[in-house]
Amino acid sequence: MDFPALYSALMELYPAERLLTKPAQLAAYESDALTSYRARPKAVVIPETQDEVIQTVRLCHRYRVPFVARGSGTSLSGASLPLPEGIVIAMNRLNRVIRIDPEQRLAVVEAGVINLDVSRAAAPYGLYYAPDPSSQPICTIGGNLAFNSGGAHCLKYGMTSNHVLALKVVLPDGEVVQLGGESLETCGPDLVGLFVGSEGLFGIALEATLRLLPKPEAFKTILAAYDALEKAGATVSKIVASGLLPGAIEIMDNLAIQAAEAAVNAGYPRDAQGLLIVELDGEAISVETDFAFLQEIIAASGAYEVRIAQDEAERLRIWKGRKSAFSAVGRLSPDYLVQDGVVPRSRLSDALGQVQRLSQETGIRIANVFHAGDGNLHPLILFDGRQAGAIERAEEVAGEILKLCIEYGGSITGEHGIGVEKRHFLPLMFSPADLEVMCALHRQIDPEQISNRGKMFPS
Amino acid sequence: MIVAAPQTIQEVQEVVRAHERVSPRGGESKPGLILHHEGAFQIKTNALRGILQYQPDEFTFTALAGTPLLEIEAHLGQHGQYLPFDPPLVEAGATLGGAAASGLSGAGRYRFGGGRDFILGVRYVDSEGRLVSGGGKVVKNAAGFDLPKLMIGCLGQYGVLVELSFKVFPLPQAFCTLQAEYAALGQALADLNTLNLQPLELFALELIPAVGVVLLRARLGGRVETLAARAKRLRNLLHSDQLTSLEGEAEARLWRDEREFAWAPEGYCLVKIPLTPRRVSELDEILAAHQAHRRYSVGANLCWVAWQADIADLHLRLKGLKLSGMVVRGDAGSVLIGAAEQNEFARRVKQALDPYCKFPVATYAA
Repeated sequence: MDFPALYSALMELYPAERLLTKPAQLAAYESDALTSYRARPKAVVIPETQDEVIQTVRLCHRYRVPFVARGSGTSLSGASLPLPEGIVIAMNRLNRVIRIDPEQRLAVVEAGVINLDVSRAAAPYGLYYAPDPSSQPICTIGGNLAFNSGGAHCLKYGMTSNHVLALKVVLPDGEVVQLGGESLETCGPDLVGLFVGSEGLFGIALEATLRLLPKPEAFKTILAAYDALEKAGATVSKIVASGLLPGAIEIMDNLAIQAAEAAVNAGYPRDAQGLLIVELDGEAISVETDFAFLQEIIAASGAYEVRIAQDEAERLRIWKGRKSAFSAVGRLSPDYLVQDGVVPRSRLSDALGQVQRLSQETGIRIANVFHAGDGNLHPLILFDGRQAGAIERAEEVAGEILKLCIEYGGSITGEHGIGVEKRHFLPLMFSPADLEVMCALHRQIDPEQISNRGKMFPS
Repeated sequence: MIVAAPQTIQEVQEVVRAHERVSPRGGESKPGLILHHEGAFQIKTNALRGILQYQPDEFTFTALAGTPLLEIEAHLGQHGQYLPFDPPLVEAGATLGGAAASGLSGAGRYRFGGGRDFILGVRYVDSEGRLVSGGGKVVKNAAGFDLPKLMIGCLGQYGVLVELSFKVFPLPQAFCTLQAEYAALGQALADLNTLNLQPLELFALELIPAVGVVLLRARLGGRVETLAARAKRLRNLLHSDQLTSLEGEAEARLWRDEREFAWAPEGYCLVKIPLTPRRVSELDEILAAHQAHRRYSVGANLCWVAWQADIADLHLRLKGLKLSGMVVRGDAGSVLIGAAEQNEFARRVKQALDPYCKFPVATYAA
């Protein structure tokens, strides 16, 4: 590893204002949204063109200096944690929407484009980009690609990977490849599918061709309040069993409701122990018809209060509360960990019971927000980092929840990825042979482990 | 040719370990996709059959790779569910493993997506005879590399698929199909482009050039009480005075025949060509000149061609248009034709998963 030689070469490539080395400049890049992990990189470069990224990767490869590509740093698994011996490639200025092609329902964008900006650019054509992680006003497409980000509408619409048609990628040794094409169909193995969600270990996506969908004509959003969390969970099973296919089914517990109300005043019933949000979307006539069935199910579900969004403003307010829940929990506690486990939907109530038991046994407060339609739990584990041992205790509880998810036949991550946070849990989900195959892929594509080293696999 | 039909996953592992070259096969409903592999020992997965796990309220199931799609379809249908990616050749004996390995999806993938959008997990026997798992059995999962997606369209290059998990959806209560006739391709294509941009939730959208007429078929699905109004709305968007509406068994048969390629004459090569609506006109000029039977499926994202002339000619034509194709039926000498899509990433993936080429390699025609 020859950082001085790399640094000299980078000085040729970047003006001083885009090659950061001063401690005060580097501090902002020391962690992402998982702030309990920190490391100061040797330098940060801020490329403005794809060619600058490619040249930077080639230089890193030549001088054997590892790099971490970073978007807006909204990862909750420590995905963009830097390495003390490496550099950070900040991708935010690669933010051109290169092309919106309404006829072919696609958008070609650079990796630094903000998720929500894709839908904004597509809106004049009645189109939108479906994946909607809660951080969509700030997170970048590059980060979404690396971690196969999800959101509230995954049951019906899938995750990021399901909306990527093609990628232009710089591999860790600087080779540039095109994967996929503009058609919805391909011949041969799904290489785009393999690249998406590879957590930066296969290199950096420079440009993505994304599938756009016609914006649903109508939405119907209903909110049901329950005096017990289990009742909300049981209603989810009934909705799914009825043959309805809602765009989103979300649940929040009382602590999460309190947080959301304190932060954005979403108008949720404050005393509810469980709050269910269900949204139908699609053709107006189908939505109206399905909604009548949905109302019947909810009317018989024991909800003590039911509200229907009367207009778009009310609908957006309901979603604002839900999407701000993570950050809102900051009002209840100085620190918190967000977990991201998945259980089979039919085990939701069991899993929630176990989470509550863990909370009672340890005395650690846990707020629950989840994508109930997907069985995707997001327990928010509250702690005060100023107290000795508090973070370790919170991490222990988080670990117990992940083990529970595996025990129930689920996954240790639904949408946040493994990152650094869950590396040690990967062997609980996969056998040594499974891991060896994944490592073989990693070794073949990045023998020097130069790209986002230290993520996904246990060290 | 030596063929084994292992009865268990362990037997598959033993066969793979015991032979230098191995070539997996499913129901052989897509014989064109069996890659040539000199001296390879053939493994037929048909005996690995059965649904292992299915809980309708989870929207997921797991089955052995040799399970016929017909059996899966019947089982899901009992619970009002279906495979939304609409894999073809169900009645011809296609298996679940073959549906994944071929990467083929049918006309119905227009609504919710293809095989890649519904696969959740995979177990396969790798080149060392190890049983390897990727993905999971739940509808959402981001742990580890997405090996299940890689197996969609893998053509048996990385191992023998033995078990797969998929997401399923509720089957719409009823369907109806509107068929419009046009005198020229341009008019039909213009209407197809209009429909592609509408929030209409079509289950299929196909363009079929025939002699003297071009057909556009749009399929609606949903609650029975909504269909008439939605069909009326659809009619109003189409610029054709020859409109036919199909419902019930006749409608179902039409799409069943489509997925079985009943329109493709025996003895013709059946070729899949991914494309976009914008490329239809230039490709169709060539196909029409050769009197090829053809349809543009999935909103003109996929062309199916039944080609009678020399396949080398189609290969060169596609190459000229920078389109690629896959020969699903018929002997073309090479499964992949047209413009090569291979790249360094693909090479490294193959090298990592099968360094000694125990399994075949898909290459493009020269």
